[in-house]
Amino acid sequence: MDLAIFLIQCLNSLQYGLLLFLVASGLTLIFGIMGVINLAHGSFYMIGAYMAYALAPAVTATLGGGFFATLGVGLVLSVILGYVLEWAFYSYLYEREHLQQVLMTYGLILVFEELRSLIVGDDVHGVKAPDILAGTLPLGDMMTYPVYRLFISGVCLALALGMYLVFTRTRLGMMIRAGSTNREMVQSLGIDIKFLYRVVFAAGVAIAVLAGMVASPVSSVYPGMGSQVLIICFVVVVIGGIGSIRGALLAALLIGVVDTFGKVLLPQAAGVLVYVLMALILLWKPDGLFKAG
Amino acid sequence: MSQTDVLLRCQELTRRWGGLVAVDRMSLELRRGTIHAVIGTNGAGKSTLINMLSGEIPPSSGTVELMGQEVTAWSQPRRAQAGLGRSYQRTTIYPPFTVLENCRLAAQARTPKPWRWWESAQQCRDSMGAARLSAERAGLNDVLDRPAGLLSHGQKRQLEIAMCLATDPQVLLLDEPLAGMGAEETERMLELLAQLRPGHAILLVEHDMDAVFRVADQITVMVNGAMIASDTPQAVRHSPEVQAAYLGGH
Amino acid sequence: MNSHDRGKFIFVALAMALLALYPLMGGKFGVDLVTKIMIYAIFALSLELLVGGTGLVCFGQAAFFGIGAYATVLLSPEYDAAPLWWLLPACVLVAAAYALVVGALSLRTKGVYFIMVTLAFAQMAYYVVHDTPLGGGTDGIYLNVKPSGGDWLNLDDPLVLYFFTFAALVGVFAFLAVLSRSRFGRALAGIRVNEQRMRATGFATYPYKLAAFTVSGGLAGLAGFLFAVKDGFVNPELLSWHLSGAVLIMIILGGIGHLRGALMGAFVFVLLQELFKSEAIFGAFAKHWHLGLGLTIILSVAWLPRGLVQVPERLGWRLMGAPSRRAQTQEGTP
Repeated sequence: MDLAIFLIQCLNSLQYGLLLFLVASGLTLIFGIMGVINLAHGSFYMIGAYMAYALAPAVTATLGGGFFATLGVGLVLSVILGYVLEWAFYSYLYEREHLQQVLMTYGLILVFEELRSLIVGDDVHGVKAPDILAGTLPLGDMMTYPVYRLFISGVCLALALGMYLVFTRTRLGMMIRAGSTNREMVQSLGIDIKFLYRVVFAAGVAIAVLAGMVASPVSSVYPGMGSQVLIICFVVVVIGGIGSIRGALLAALLIGVVDTFGKVLLPQAAGVLVYVLMALILLWKPDGLFKAG
Repeated sequence: MSQTDVLLRCQELTRRWGGLVAVDRMSLELRRGTIHAVIGTNGAGKSTLINMLSGEIPPSSGTVELMGQEVTAWSQPRRAQAGLGRSYQRTTIYPPFTVLENCRLAAQARTPKPWRWWESAQQCRDSMGAARLSAERAGLNDVLDRPAGLLSHGQKRQLEIAMCLATDPQVLLLDEPLAGMGAEETERMLELLAQLRPGHAILLVEHDMDAVFRVADQITVMVNGAMIASDTPQAVRHSPEVQAAYLGGH
Repeated sequence: MNSHDRGKFIFVALAMALLALYPLMGGKFGVDLVTKIMIYAIFALSLELLVGGTGLVCFGQAAFFGIGAYATVLLSPEYDAAPLWWLLPACVLVAAAYALVVGALSLRTKGVYFIMVTLAFAQMAYYVVHDTPLGGGTDGIYLNVKPSGGDWLNLDDPLVLYFFTFAALVGVFAFLAVLSRSRFGRALAGIRVNEQRMRATGFATYPYKLAAFTVSGGLAGLAGFLFAVKDGFVNPELLSWHLSGAVLIMIILGGIGHLRGALMGAFVFVLLQELFKSEAIFGAFAKHWHLGLGLTIILSVAWLPRGLVQVPERLGWRLMGAPSRRAQTQEGTP
C-alpha cells in the first residue's frame, strides 16, 4: 500500500470513526445519565438521512436555501421530535427495568420503520452534496480526496468540541454530570431534573439526526441503515465504557480504523473484525476502556 | 492457649486504594470459643478488613490463615467450603424465596450434588435438615414459609445469621448483625452469640458499644485502618489511647 | 401442590392438549405454522433457562440455533437420509460445544458487557457462515434429504414432523421444569437473585453459569435442527442478531421467570406477525405489518409489565374466585 492510499484510508477511518462517535455519544449519554437502553437510537440516524433526502425540495421551494438550509431545518425538527418523544414516551421508561426498556424501544423501532415507509417509502436514495463541498483535494501526485468527507470530519469534530465545552465549562454540563451520578441530590437542590432529562434526550436525538443528515451524501439513504448503525454504536459504547464520552471517542476511532483497514486488507473477514476487537477488549477489560465520566 | 485453637489468623493485612490506605498492617487472631469484636469509627476500615478475611477483595499485602492453612489466594467460595461463614451489614438474602428455602439453599452449598438433575431440591434431606436446624437456632421457626422479602427488619437480620450458620462453619465473620435492631431483638441475638461461642471462632464488627462490651472476649480498636488497641474489654475501656481516639471524643 | 401451582399446571396441560389435538382441526397451512411456532417455542425456552433461570441476558442465542441448523445440513450426506438417532444428538452437541466456548469466555464479564460479548460471538459465527465458503454464503444451503427415523418415523410427512416437534417441545418443557426444581436449578435461581450470597455460602458460581449456558446452547441447537429439517433450507439469517433480538423479545413479552412465558411469548409473537401480515384483515395495509406489531408490543409492556403470563393468572383468579396473590415465591417454575 503506497503512502497516498494509506493516507486516504486514514482519512476514511477518521471520518467513519468520528461519525460513529457522534451517534454513539447520544446513546451513551442517554444510557449513562438516564439509565435507559434505547434501541431506537439507530432510527434517529435513519430519520436524519431520510430527512436530508425528503426535506430538500421543500426547503428549496419555501426558504430558497440548499443543503445547509435543509440541515438547519432538520436540526430544529429533530430537537422538537426529541423533546416530544421524551415527554410522550421515554419519560415513562426511566422507572422500568432494562428488559422492559429493550422491549418498548424495539417496538418503537418497528413503528419508526413503518412510519418512514408510509411517509417516504422504502426506496434507496442518494443525496447530493452541496456544490461548494463537492470538489476534491489533491493528495500527492495521483490521488485526490473528496472535500465533503473532510467536511463530515470537521462537523463531527466541531460538535465533539462543543459537547466537551458544554460538559466541562457550563452550568448545564455540570448539572448533567451531577444528575448522572446522583439524581435525588440534584432534585433536592431545586434543579428541575425532568427538564434536564428532556434537554439531554433532545440533544441526543438531534445529534443522531444531524449525523444521519451529514452522512447521507456519502452513505446514501436506505431502509436498513438504522439497525446497521445501531449495532455498531452499541459496540462503541460497550468498548468505550458505558457513560464515558472519552471512551466512546476512543472506541469509535478504533473501530473506524479496524473497519476501514479491515475492508482493504482482509475483505473476507471485514464484517467480523469489529466484533473480534470487541471480544478481545472486553476479555482484557471486562468493564470497557473507561469508567463513566 | 495452644496454636491449634487459632482458627483464623491474619498478619500485616493491608489494603491500599491508590494513595489511600484503607487497612494498615492489621494482625489478629480468632480462637475457638471466643468472640473477638472489632470496633472503630465509620471509615476505620472494618468492612474492608472483613472483606479481605472472607476473600471478597484481595489484600495489597499480608496473609490470611484459616485453620493453619494459608488461604490468602483462595476465592471466597473456597474459604466458605473450608469452614468460613459470614453475614453482611446490608442484608444479603433471597427476597423472593421463603425463609426455609433461603436457609436450605445456603445449606445446599455443603451438599451441592448438581448432577442429580431429576431430584427435587425440596426432597434433599441434607440441606433441608441443616436448614431447619439453623432457622430454629436463629429463632425463625414461626415464619419458615414466609417470603423473605416480607420479613421485618429484625427478622431479616436473623435470617442473615441463619444463612451464615446453615453451612455449619467453624469461623463466623459477622458484620454489624445488630444494625437497626430493637432492644428485644438485640437481647435474642446476644443470647444466640453466647450460645454459639463454644465451638466457634467469632469475629464481630459492631457499633453497639453496650453489646460489644457485654459479649466480647477480646476487643480490637481500629482507627484510620490501623489497630490502636487489642485487649480485654476492661483494658480497652480504660486505655487512654482508645479514649482519646474513639470513646472520649463522643 | 398449592392452588397457584395447580393453576399453572392446568394451564400448561391444557395448552399441550390443545397442541396435540390441533392437527384434527387445522389445515395444511395451520399445521405448518404451528410446527414453526413450536420450534420457536423450544428456541425461546432455551433462552428462558438463561435469562429467567440464571439471570444471564444472552444476545447471541441465534448463533446456537443457526449452528444447530447448519450442522443438520452439513453433517447430512448429500443425497441420502442421515440416521435421525445419530444426527439429532450430533447437532445438539455441536451447538452446545460452541456455547461452551462462548460461555467460558463471556462469563468473565457482567451485565451489559456480557450481553454485548455474547452478541460479538454470535456475529463472528454469522460472518463465518455469511462470508466464507463454509456455509455456502448468503445463498444458504439446501437439505436435500430429511433425516430418517426408520420406517415408522417419516419426517417428510408434515403430520409426523408436527408430532415429532410436539414431542420435542413437551420433552424440553418437562426437562426444564424438572431442572428448575432440582438442586442445580435452585442454585441457578440463587445466582440470579443474589450471586454474592451464593458465593459467600460456598458455591463456585462460574461452573454453574457455564453449565447453564452450555445446556441452553444445546437446546437452541435442537430447535435449529428441527428448523432445518422442517424447511429443508438454511441461510445465514438464522444466526443474525435480528433473530437473537426476536427470541429475546418473545420471552420478555411472555414473561421472564416462567417457562410458560416462553411458550406464550413464542406463540403470541408469531401469531401477531401472521395477524398483521394478513391481507384478508388489513388489505393493502398488510405490508406495513411492523407498525401493528410495534404498537402492540409497546402497549403490552405498558399494560402487562410482567408479561403475558399475567393474563391467564388474572383470568384464572376470576374464574376460580381465588383472592389475588401478590407475593409469589417460586421463581423459574412453569
